Amino acid sequence: MHETNMNTKPSILSIEGLSIAYDKDKLAVKDVNATIKKNAITAIMGPSGCGKTTLLRAINRMHELYPNISTQGKIKLYDENIYDMSTIKLRRKIGMVFQRPNPFPTLSIYENVIAGYKLNGIKLKRSERDEIVESSLKDVALWEEVKNSLHKKGNFLSGGQQQRLCIARTLAFKPDVILLDEPTSALDPIATAKIEDLLIDLKENYTIVLVTHNMSQAARISDNAMYMYMGELIEYDETTKIFTNPKNISTQNYITGRFG
Amino acid sequence: MNSDKILKNILFIASLLILLISGAMVYSLVRGSMVSFHEFGWKFIISTDWDPTQGREHYGALLFIVGTLFTSIFALLIALPLAFSTSLFVAEYFRNTRVASIVSTLVDLLAGIPSIIYGLWGFYVLRPFIVSIGLSSQGYGIFTSGLILAIMIVPYATSLSNTTIMMVSNELKEAAYSLGATRLEVIWNVILPNARSGITASYILAFGRALGETLAVTMLIGNANIVPTGLFSTGNTMASVIANQFGEASGLQLSALIEIGLLLFVITTIINAIGKFIIKRFA
Amino acid sequence: MNQTNTLEVKKRIDNIPDKFIGRNLRNRLFLGAVILFSVITISMVFLIIGTMLFKGHNQINWAFFTQTPPNTFEAMMAKSSGKLIPGGIVNGILGSLYLVSIASIIAIPFGVLIGIYLYENSKKRYAGVIRDITDILQGVPSIVIGLIVYLWVVVHVSHGYSVLAGSVALALMMLPLIIRSTEESLKMIPDTLKEAAIALGTPYYKVVLRVLIPTSFTGLITGILLAVSRILGETAPLMLTTLGNPSINWNIVKPVSAVPLLIWQFYNDPNMVDLIWSSTLFLMGFVLLLNLLSKWIGARRKM
Repeated sequence: MHETNMNTKPSILSIEGLSIAYDKDKLAVKDVNATIKKNAITAIMGPSGCGKTTLLRAINRMHELYPNISTQGKIKLYDENIYDMSTIKLRRKIGMVFQRPNPFPTLSIYENVIAGYKLNGIKLKRSERDEIVESSLKDVALWEEVKNSLHKKGNFLSGGQQQRLCIARTLAFKPDVILLDEPTSALDPIATAKIEDLLIDLKENYTIVLVTHNMSQAARISDNAMYMYMGELIEYDETTKIFTNPKNISTQNYITGRFG
Repeated sequence: MNSDKILKNILFIASLLILLISGAMVYSLVRGSMVSFHEFGWKFIISTDWDPTQGREHYGALLFIVGTLFTSIFALLIALPLAFSTSLFVAEYFRNTRVASIVSTLVDLLAGIPSIIYGLWGFYVLRPFIVSIGLSSQGYGIFTSGLILAIMIVPYATSLSNTTIMMVSNELKEAAYSLGATRLEVIWNVILPNARSGITASYILAFGRALGETLAVTMLIGNANIVPTGLFSTGNTMASVIANQFGEASGLQLSALIEIGLLLFVITTIINAIGKFIIKRFA
Repeated sequence: MNQTNTLEVKKRIDNIPDKFIGRNLRNRLFLGAVILFSVITISMVFLIIGTMLFKGHNQINWAFFTQTPPNTFEAMMAKSSGKLIPGGIVNGILGSLYLVSIASIIAIPFGVLIGIYLYENSKKRYAGVIRDITDILQGVPSIVIGLIVYLWVVVHVSHGYSVLAGSVALALMMLPLIIRSTEESLKMIPDTLKEAAIALGTPYYKVVLRVLIPTSFTGLITGILLAVSRILGETAPLMLTTLGNPSINWNIVKPVSAVPLLIWQFYNDPNMVDLIWSSTLFLMGFVLLLNLLSKWIGARRKM
């Protein structure tokens, strides 16, 4: 893992010696060390099975939902080890958007956006709720399209709109970091482009970590990129450097399409 | 070609058997009730008389309708937490583990135990226990029979619930977890609302099953032709009175019993139809 | 977007007091309750089976399977001198077998045929109606079935309680189960198999006989076994149709005994109590065995 010249920017997450195993001896993630920079888009790429999704999910401890997982090492959010934090508190600071849009089908669009508050039992004044819903939907450029149907359920929305709704739901907590797990792989090219533009807008106020199997997406929108292979972090550098002058032969093979 | 037609016709005719049977069932019940209906009219349903003395026979179904509803509703209330917990155990908390399949098999075994055995167990084990802890002097009544009934219907309530709970997609649950919800909150806010119709339908169907149960209830309810006054009161149900009095009944009394059978048939059919309707709408 | 507003909202959110402890506690308590109630439910199985084993095991001997029950006087004498009650339940065992056999002969052919019909015509509205009625039929209380068969057979056909009436009642209870399990088993056959047979020009009846039925055979057997295990324990409908017989009977228009009926008789006679437990142990053992057997066959099918 080689980091150069990114050091000048402030970091927000520090991954230290992280190893994750399923079932005792199968290591999905092997001793990863990296710092994620604030207000940047960091892409994690690599072939299937390289551990990128496991790594991403480790950042908001979602990987713990599955049995027989053991984790070693630390991840620090602003110097606080997330493994010492309550998961409830952690997941308000680090949000996640999934591969397939998953708005709650029994809730209206309005209720979907503030679903996080309702789930956590946080009571807000009506004006506060309205404000959060409006600002989150505006942040994802969905407000104009749904402002007159806020109380309808979201099943009339297209895939891309649903995904933006899910992003709005995450933004409602004003998290520090947003994790996205292949967020556009289920979407058509136009919707994909809109989400990519959205992410570039969002990085001004948020830190974005994005797993993608689409190299050109990584090249298009990310500032820094990680390349993983077989659970190890092979190379991590500014995106332009990785794509023009990779230091590792494995990285080079992946980028030139020799495999993956 | 010819043999194809023949087979298709045979199959079709076989299907007609269902129509024939159901029609004949209704017909026989109605015809058998005629004598009683002519005598008492619609008042049969709301009368609490039950007097087989010659010369002043007077029959009414209300006693038994109340007894049936009372026991079945009580049974459903007891069964609800048991069945719901077992469903969550198997379909959510320990889903896909060995423990869950063991529990699931055991619950299926509960469904396989014949009702007379439940009745005997209730009579020789549960009843003395209830007497010994002072809840009732003899141990008969709504409470005891309701408890046994509750255990009998738990498997019916869990099987459909399990399927619906497992069908709630992982992605929805993960969305809720990623927003900071605890497991209980995910169950309450995501699983339940999305599995609501299946769970409701399963309880309705379990209720229908309870309504028609005969042996276990007969052995424990006390067979008293009174309107039950409280949880530990004795009483009688539609199914029990038929089972008990059928042997010696004739004429008007027999017709009255058949009419009660018709009422039971109608009530259980309606309940089951409602349950099915809910399943259809959700699927 | 108005940035100061966002930051204010964020500060507000960060300062919302949160009851982590309460939520975590409730989470754990709920899990505890779920486990507790599940354990209670499961323990009922053990309690019931255990009671039967405990009370019934010593009365099961060779005579149990070969002799008819004693009369109440003999039983009382045996009890008062501390001996095992003589006799057994052979009339009930044979009677049950007789009833189940006739019921199966009636119900299996029709059940399978109707199941095939529903499978072949599943999209038609008429088939939907038949399916719905079948499900409703399944929910009819067993005592009502007994009542109906009494009116059909006991009154009009055999003019008295009979094996025939009992079998018809049991057949009516088996029918919906067999229909549904046949249809479900057929649905599990991959379409490609059926299409291959048709593409080879196989006449329809051969497709059914040589492809559909053999392929779904284990499913059909499972359904039949489950239906049989269900009716073996039925008492109520038999009370109204075949009533019982102190000796073995092979005449189809005469009454016959059955294991559940005998149990009911013993229950009503205070001298026969000991025989109850051995009979129920036997009955339950048999029923559960069939249940587990059908599950095992079903599991094998999936491999």
